[in-house]
Amino acid sequence: MSKKSTHNGLFSTLIGKKMLMGVTGIFLITFLVVHCAINSLIFFNDGGELFNEGAKFMGTNVLIRIMEVVLFLGIIAHIVDALLLTLANNKTRSTGYQYQKPNANSKWYSRWMGLLGTLILMFLIVHLKDFWVPSRFTDHIAHSELEKLPGQETLFEEMKEVFENPLIVILYVASMVSLAYHLLHGFQSAFQTMGWNHPKYTPIIQKTGFWFSIIIPILFALMPIVMHLGIIK
Amino acid sequence: MSVLDSKIPDGPLETKWTDYKSHVKLVNPSNKRKLEVIVVGTGLAGASAAASLAELGYKVKAYCYQDSPRRAHSIAAQGGINAAKNYKNDGDSVFRLFYDTIKGGDFRAREANVYRLAEVSANIIDQCVAQGVPFAREYGGLLDNRSFGGAQVSRTFYARGQTGQQLLLGAYSALSRQIGIGNVEMFSRHEMVELVNIDGKARGIIARDLKTGKLERHFGHAVVLATGGYGNVFFLSTNAMGCNVTAAWKAHKQGAFFANPCYTQIHPTCIPVSGDYQSKLTLMSESLRNDGRVWVPKKQGDKRKPQDIPEDERDYYLERKYPSFGNLAPRDIASRAAKEACDDGRGVGESGLAVYLDFADAIKRLGKSVVEARYGNLFDMYHHITNEDPYEVPMRIYPAVHYTMGGLWVDYNLMTTVPGLYATGECNFSDHGANRLGASALMQGLADGYFVLPYTIGDYLAGEIFTKSIPTDHPAFDAAEKAAAERINKLLAVKGNRTVDDFHKALGKIMWEYCGMARSSEGLTKAQAMLKQLREEFWSDVRVTGGANELNVDLEKAGRVADFIELGELMVTDALSRNESCGGHFRVEYQDEGEAKRNDQDYAYVAAWEHKGVGQQAALHKEALKFENVKLATRSYK
Amino acid sequence: MKFNLKIWRQKNAQAAGKMVDYTIDNINADMSFLEMMDVLNEELIRKGEEPVAFDHDCREGICGMCSMHINGRPHGPLRGTTTCQLYMRNFTDGETIYIEPFRANAFPIIRDLVVDRSAFDRIMQVGGFVSVNTGQVQDANNIPVVKADADLAMDAASCIGCGACVAACKNASASLFVGAKISQYALLPQGRIEAKERVLAMVNQMDEEGFGSCTNTGACEAECPKGISLSNIARMNREYYSASIS
Ligand SMILES: Cc1cc2nc3c(=O)[nH]c(=O)nc-3n(C[C@H](O)[C@H](O)[C@H](O)COP(=O)(O)OP(=O)(O)OC[C@H]3O[C@@H](n4cnc5c(N)ncnc54)[C@H](O)[C@@H]3O)c2cc1C
Ligand code: HEM
Ligand code: SF4
Ligand code: FES
Repeated sequence: MSKKSTHNGLFSTLIGKKMLMGVTGIFLITFLVVHCAINSLIFFNDGGELFNEGAKFMGTNVLIRIMEVVLFLGIIAHIVDALLLTLANNKTRSTGYQYQKPNANSKWYSRWMGLLGTLILMFLIVHLKDFWVPSRFTDHIAHSELEKLPGQETLFEEMKEVFENPLIVILYVASMVSLAYHLLHGFQSAFQTMGWNHPKYTPIIQKTGFWFSIIIPILFALMPIVMHLGIIK
Repeated sequence: MSVLDSKIPDGPLETKWTDYKSHVKLVNPSNKRKLEVIVVGTGLAGASAAASLAELGYKVKAYCYQDSPRRAHSIAAQGGINAAKNYKNDGDSVFRLFYDTIKGGDFRAREANVYRLAEVSANIIDQCVAQGVPFAREYGGLLDNRSFGGAQVSRTFYARGQTGQQLLLGAYSALSRQIGIGNVEMFSRHEMVELVNIDGKARGIIARDLKTGKLERHFGHAVVLATGGYGNVFFLSTNAMGCNVTAAWKAHKQGAFFANPCYTQIHPTCIPVSGDYQSKLTLMSESLRNDGRVWVPKKQGDKRKPQDIPEDERDYYLERKYPSFGNLAPRDIASRAAKEACDDGRGVGESGLAVYLDFADAIKRLGKSVVEARYGNLFDMYHHITNEDPYEVPMRIYPAVHYTMGGLWVDYNLMTTVPGLYATGECNFSDHGANRLGASALMQGLADGYFVLPYTIGDYLAGEIFTKSIPTDHPAFDAAEKAAAERINKLLAVKGNRTVDDFHKALGKIMWEYCGMARSSEGLTKAQAMLKQLREEFWSDVRVTGGANELNVDLEKAGRVADFIELGELMVTDALSRNESCGGHFRVEYQDEGEAKRNDQDYAYVAAWEHKGVGQQAALHKEALKFENVKLATRSYK
Repeated sequence: MKFNLKIWRQKNAQAAGKMVDYTIDNINADMSFLEMMDVLNEELIRKGEEPVAFDHDCREGICGMCSMHINGRPHGPLRGTTTCQLYMRNFTDGETIYIEPFRANAFPIIRDLVVDRSAFDRIMQVGGFVSVNTGQVQDANNIPVVKADADLAMDAASCIGCGACVAACKNASASLFVGAKISQYALLPQGRIEAKERVLAMVNQMDEEGFGSCTNTGACEAECPKGISLSNIARMNREYYSASIS
């Protein structure tokens, strides 16, 4: 090549940075699967017994605890990287078009990933404050009915309590809509970013992504609804 | 003896080029670095030359008027490129390609040049494949060929319908590499507006930076013009809007002879003109004639829909007149036949200036899907432009100006009559005689640039190694820049009433009417007077808006049209002086029932014209054509 | 037909530009869009005004010179076509048509609708080639290429370098253009030899020119007049990762 390439490593370019987006995105997707699976245990409507089992496992297993750290790093990386890319991309067109028909060539949610992500982030903050902080940093949460000390609640009870507030329920449902759209673009996009585009498999990935983006957020959204309405006791 | 020395090497035809290469003067590598070469044009001919010269070590400067060298008009070629590879084992050979080209050119090209072209044709394919040009391939992974333009062997290599594009992008990639390394300095959006001549040698150019309007001076030990053809003299042609004769014309005015300007190729299968707003014509690939059948109604003025005209009231005139070649008759012949049919009042469509190209039989015989696989994109293109579906109704086609065989006269070295000034590609006159075969222009452009010029230019530059770069404050540069500036100011100062396009259209009308597919002494004489008047009107009544020191498209066009008008006068002069019909030049006085009648006795020469001043009769110099290896024969495709 | 045109006029790179209104009448439906622009310019010149500068050359959709953002989309409302292949029948009588230059900081405006796309050339200059000198090569058929790969390479190679992908992208990313070039060479044995250096050099240059990153919105593919596929971007990414870590 003519120019001795001055390449400063994988992440020095926008493509490299975008790869991190894809990696962390896929990682967060796998987290969603686990998270959704455990939480769905409430749908057994057994007073939260199975669910509390699951929560206990997640709260005590060493591997899971390590993964929790990784998860946080992953989210932070995803967010910081999103910020870096957005900043870079905002510098590429100082004067915009007077008239544009972006919907003719792309989906709105593909273009608004940053906004959707920010909504998810705001949700995460509320969500963590309500569940993760109390269970990790206070001794307010008990692992099960049997282990409950005075003044303690199980996570299941905590859920019921939190979801009594209709505003919280609305926030959760709305956030799951954001998540759905984030995934609707993000799921297949992550594969494309990783370079996994293949005439045979890409259509399968796209279909999977579509259903994933609908089913997972619906399951998540149902949780506060059913609890608020008292369908799950 | 004529002042023209073609410098054809001695010896048998087959070994001329090999011997030449073994004996041509060489420039040693350290001297090459001190030698600067200007290459104007980055089409196939220019980009390949600039890249190859830079690879050899010369310091190269390249110019194009587009925003990128990748957009030269070579990009538009669809059909393919010929090469005597004989990969199909169907009997092709260098000699056969040579012979076909000479015969196709109606015996008006130089044997030695054409033979060399056929010889290096195979190397072109090797070079392009190595560059990554994605030619069509067979399932075994080897290159595919097709037969093209009525050739009896399959020697045409192609890349879908985008061969020119892919070849150009290949040459552009080689050029880009050299630009990246720093061996070529590229000047895009620059137009050459003057040649600088010092002590009788070409030493540089004046180029206008089209972005700013600034005139710039550039020195070169040698100057190569690869600026393409001049088909736009007809206003409507298949050429790109910016194609122009300006660079070649400036060189002509500085002493480079212009050869055979009247040889223009009219391509038979173009989409007909739809209205007077039309700005250019679109070519439909010649390959359509492999399966399409050309016809017009037998009755004059038959305005029925094509599907309502019964079989026995149709005249498949090509099949009738040329039973052995049928619809695949060569371009000039097919074009003229279409014109005849229309002149006879049997043309179709609203204007009556079109003939049918019908695929109904092909669809019946092969099925729609096969036809679609072969021509789908062309059919879509036609549908898109005309709003008619060629699967349902026959296409309407009409001939249009496509290529110019004439150009700057060059010797065997591709040097013009100005020492140090070279012309390559469509810009020169050299290889196609009076008519060019399909898929041979791409071949010629790349042959010149990759394999001929890099050798032959050394012959001249070897004598220049002691010439230091001439500073551009030399009086000759002053004078050239002044001339260019004055011209521009003159154009801006007229402030008349008619637009540039208006003049261009008027010019095109005259040229098409009198110097187009059929020419007559009477018409040409009339055209001479009309062109003179047009030129005078132009300089007294043209309106050019804007200023000199800015991007000014109107001014760019004005400069080009001014040169086209002068060129038009020369074309007419040339056509008038050639009292015979040959190839693309058809004089109605010289025919056998519609077939061109050549006169080898008196006209087997190249007409090279020397400029004697605007409005002055140019001086004719004749280079006699000697045919030692082929027998002159009537070109019959019956 | 009659149209209201709103056209971006800008005297030069430094000057401020603005949208200017024109009305144009007696337009034939079979005219091409650029012929309509020609008619407008002829009228302007007759009135002594300066014509609208716009890029164009081949007018048959192959040179990639024409640009223009028409009614909110690069190359106008029709899919798979360049501006020069638009016809007025693709618009409705009386319509208002917005005509703007391609916008991206990497494509600075030169005048009116003319922009400078030389950033593409510079990307090509650092790696868009196979390093072979003229004459160094072997017989063409000594390099067999799997037909499917040759066809894919041809698909990628049909990019005309127009820049619509950049103009359409919300990030002004050049990924489709660069991905297509990298793919063409990556798919061919001739190109494999320098594949690693090529992708690193071209990707770095793409960033240096100020193009954005790819969000995979697919706007580029949708607006590309040559239907260049997003799979080329995925291939570029693959090539880049493996070149970066090896
Ligand atoms: C529609 C069409 C289809 C064709 N199909 C085929 C085919 O299938 N097979 C075939 O063999 N041939 C074909 N031809 C012919 C062939 O394409 C051309 O003859 C050939 O490509 C010319 O190449 P060139 O390099 O000489 O000139 P061009 O490619 O025209 O390049 C001219 C260059 O000169 C530059 N230039 C011009 N004037 C100036 C100036 N004043 N200052 C600075 N720069 C200037 C331009 O910017 C450009 O870079 C076709 C032609 C057309 C029009
Ligand atoms: C559970 C939470 C989340 C999941 C599962 C998730 C998943 C994904 C996935 C799969 C992608 C596609 C990656 C790619 O194209 O390669 C993506 C992209 C993106 N995410 Fe998230 N994400 C989450 C949270 C967030 C948050 C909190 C933010 C920001 C604050 C965010 C911002 C973005 C942005 C901006 C992109 C697009 C990047 C680009 O291509 O320009 N995401 N996300
Ligand atoms: S990828 Fe498509 S839109 Fe982009 S430059 Fe190439 S042809 Fe134009
Ligand atoms: S003018 Fe060449 S692609 Fe439009």
